[in-house]
Amino acid sequence: MINVLLFAGLQEKVGKSELSVEKQEVTVDQLITHIRETEPKLDLSNVMVAVNEEFVNNPGQVIREGDTVALLPPVSGG
Amino acid sequence: MSKHFYITKEPLDVNVVVEKVVHPHAGAINTFIGTVRELTNERRTLFLEYDAYIPMAEKKLAQIGSEINSRWNEARVAIGHRIGRLDISDIAVVIAVSTPHRADSYEASRYAIERIKEIVPIWKKEHWEDGEKWIGDQLEKTEYPSGKPGKENLDD
Repeated sequence: MINVLLFAGLQEKVGKSELSVEKQEVTVDQLITHIRETEPKLDLSNVMVAVNEEFVNNPGQVIREGDTVALLPPVSGG
Repeated sequence: MSKHFYITKEPLDVNVVVEKVVHPHAGAINTFIGTVRELTNERRTLFLEYDAYIPMAEKKLAQIGSEINSRWNEARVAIGHRIGRLDISDIAVVIAVSTPHRADSYEASRYAIERIKEIVPIWKKEHWEDGEKWIGDQLEKTEYPSGKPGKENLDD
């Protein structure tokens, strides 16, 4: 199982701070496709994925059980 | 708090951040204080709410510190960012940069706030009299052409 952390508007939209994805290994692209299907309310169009607290640019990067995964909307700090 | 780069739910103390960059080699300490503005495009903000992915946000703030160290000789940087509910005029962010000469401290401080708005996972929710919204892109800065940070924005 892969846990995916949610923040800000994404968290509010689904009413929880993380999603559990019943997979042991998945690429970033597959993960996004999966979440689009299971959480159709979420707008993922501008969302970045972070794995182990780093932005991921490669949609083919493999995520494994135990990795810390987060969906990050465009940031607006400062 | 001994950390130079931190997210806190408590009010920020400017002096605490400044003291972290005091150094005998410094001839200048530049302090940037970001505060909550009441009016944006003539719309009245009642208060703001900030959320952050705290461990990653602190890591990215530290990355900005490293970037500054590689660009400005002998610069010392400390950044504190507050999250939670903030009222008008509350301090959201404090950046302190010390450098041997003043010009560098201004430039590095400006660099830090611009980078915060690009790579640090912190989000702001505006609460107005007639609604509320998580702000996804700030109109006062250029949006990423592709809708997300390019590789040049993400590299260490």
